[in-house]
Amino acid sequence: MDHKEKHIVLAGNPNSGKTTLFNALTGLNQKISNLPGTTIEKKTGYFKLEGRKISITDLPGTYSIHPKGEDELISVGFLTNKGEKPIDLIVFVADAGNLSRNLLLYSQVADLGHPMVLALNMTDLADSKGISIDVEALSAQLGVIVCPVNARNEEGLPKLKEAILKTEYAHQKQFYDAAEMGENGKYPTYRQYLDAHLRMAANKTSEHTEKNHHDISKETTARFRKIDEILAICARKDDRKNKNITQRIDAVLLHPIYGFLAFYLTLFILFQLIFKVADYPMNWIETGFAAASEYLKAILPQGVLSSLLCDGILPGIGGVIVFLPQIVILFALLAILEDSGYMTRVSFITDRLMRKFGLNGKSVVPLIGGMACAIPSIMASRNIENKKDRLITILVTPLMSCSARLPVYTLLLSLLFVGKQDSWVDLRGLILLGMYLLGFIAALLFAFLFKLILKQKEKSFFILELPDYRRPRLKNILLTVKEKAGDFVFNAGKIIIIVSIALWFLASYAPAGRMQQIDDKYSAYPGDDKALKIQSEKLEVSYAGMLGKVIEPAIRPLGYDWKIGIALITSFAAREVFVGTIATIYSVGDTGDEQSLSKVLSVQKRADNGKPLYALPTILSLLVFYAFAMQCFSTLAVTYRETRSLKWPVIQFLYMSGFAWLMSFAVYQILS
Amino acid sequence: MNASELKKGEVATICQVEYSELQTKLIEMGCFEGNRIKRLYMAPLGDPIAYDINGYILGLRKEEARLIEVSVLSIGS
Repeated sequence: MDHKEKHIVLAGNPNSGKTTLFNALTGLNQKISNLPGTTIEKKTGYFKLEGRKISITDLPGTYSIHPKGEDELISVGFLTNKGEKPIDLIVFVADAGNLSRNLLLYSQVADLGHPMVLALNMTDLADSKGISIDVEALSAQLGVIVCPVNARNEEGLPKLKEAILKTEYAHQKQFYDAAEMGENGKYPTYRQYLDAHLRMAANKTSEHTEKNHHDISKETTARFRKIDEILAICARKDDRKNKNITQRIDAVLLHPIYGFLAFYLTLFILFQLIFKVADYPMNWIETGFAAASEYLKAILPQGVLSSLLCDGILPGIGGVIVFLPQIVILFALLAILEDSGYMTRVSFITDRLMRKFGLNGKSVVPLIGGMACAIPSIMASRNIENKKDRLITILVTPLMSCSARLPVYTLLLSLLFVGKQDSWVDLRGLILLGMYLLGFIAALLFAFLFKLILKQKEKSFFILELPDYRRPRLKNILLTVKEKAGDFVFNAGKIIIIVSIALWFLASYAPAGRMQQIDDKYSAYPGDDKALKIQSEKLEVSYAGMLGKVIEPAIRPLGYDWKIGIALITSFAAREVFVGTIATIYSVGDTGDEQSLSKVLSVQKRADNGKPLYALPTILSLLVFYAFAMQCFSTLAVTYRETRSLKWPVIQFLYMSGFAWLMSFAVYQILS
Repeated sequence: MNASELKKGEVATICQVEYSELQTKLIEMGCFEGNRIKRLYMAPLGDPIAYDINGYILGLRKEEARLIEVSVLSIGS
């Protein structure tokens, strides 16, 4: 028995249940990493089979070996790549209810010559469509082991595992004879034929493109003919037994009236859950961190370390964790929509509208996701095949109000309503909804502008499979949430903690001797507010205060002073840092208790004329600034990664921040 | 005639896909000569349109459906 690790790859069409099978095989033993030499993500996992370690790579679903979108390019590159970890076996996952189209990619992968096993997935759905498949006949026709499975309830997995273990060589039949197709033996193997055509596709002269299209069309049609011949032998379809479940549900969900109602209802529930339900755990987390901070302050000896921990690190971590409930709920809901098949209907319903703004029905997924976090949403734009549509989607997604803006909005809105407790909840919620709308409208507006500006030969198109409706599986959803939430905590968390430590340092230290001068000045001061006065003067001379003063001229027209300037600077690492920064600046140790923070802020006065600093014009100007400004390095990094060019993150930063400045300027000048 | 002109529920056979940059994509999605296509429903705003391509549902914009030349077989259910 061979005991070295066996590396298998899962390949198949989108919607073939590949990821469900991957989850069923690996459970929690999976991780996301980058493909070597690139920043493109791949999913790997492993499981043990009779003492042998099997590692699996899950590739993004693709319809054909001739790639169209970024997603497909990744999969095809992996299947044909020579430098990667050698592929010992390909498990091809095919939707049994839609075998003809699924077998196209199978036949292409088979011709590459890797050892293969065919997993016939979603057999239950095929049944309900009146389709029956003669597995043995199919196996004989193709020359591979065929395993019927139902990944959702883990049926057929033992047989599949057995086949995975014992398949060592490629014995599938060749499907398409490249030499035969009029090339006069130019390409002895399909791999050579494919390499030549991938090069042709990369070379965008019209002559090459036309030849490429011609060859691929011919190849594909020939493959489909052969697949039809095979299926005529191996598959039966009884239309009387077809329950047409999906079409019946579509009749309601895509109905001119009910369809829109269902869509709005979905969005309504989404928002309600994010804002109402997430509120409870968020409160617990805030109180918990505040209490922990107080407790540590009480038991730790006073000093630099205690101050760093209680005023810098702990509030920083709390500021990250507090978003977790919202992120978890949002990603869980998006996963449910995705897993059930409704998300593609949302794209289908909105395509006409989005098209007018230079977007695509498929842009809806990133835009809705942008309300949680722009980072995974920008990555989710990969399945938009058209480059211009995709680029515009990437550029405008960060305008959607993400969850990091929420605490900023919450704090600022509470300032608007200090002392007006009665209608507090209603009005605040309404303005909050308005902020989200503002982001969405700005996203459409800029999409339209980019559509006019950007030049692109490629035509926008929308060719989208509407998969069968399926009941979402808890396991898939939990795994998605775990992955995304973990990603958020570690990646965003790192930045936020670094920033809060840096900020603590900048606000606590000043050029030599300056702090001492203040201590000396107040040494004989009798008033009760001695500590507070010392603290605020120290902040003014600290490094952070110096920074704030440097940018003050640029932000004064927006109604901000140097203290807000400090918060703006730190927000450029991540928006949510704003609340913590403001809290640190006004020395309210506890970031969580917004009531008390808003009280402290509401009595702040302007240095020049003594009027309240946080009055309506400044607050609205700040709200608008945070809605539009690009203040997230992680997003810029993802934009860079996805567009592979420095140009786009720079443009994204400039247009968003420039627009934010102009709008805030207008708001402040008009209102004050 | 082309696929965008099919009426709701009408079943047709695909004759060919007009040459364009979408030709191969459409063929790969199952719109090859001789395959069966049935018009299902359209999006609430009238575009795109959903088709049944020999057992699965494919959403296409009208301008893409126009690239698919078809000949009508019968009026389906």
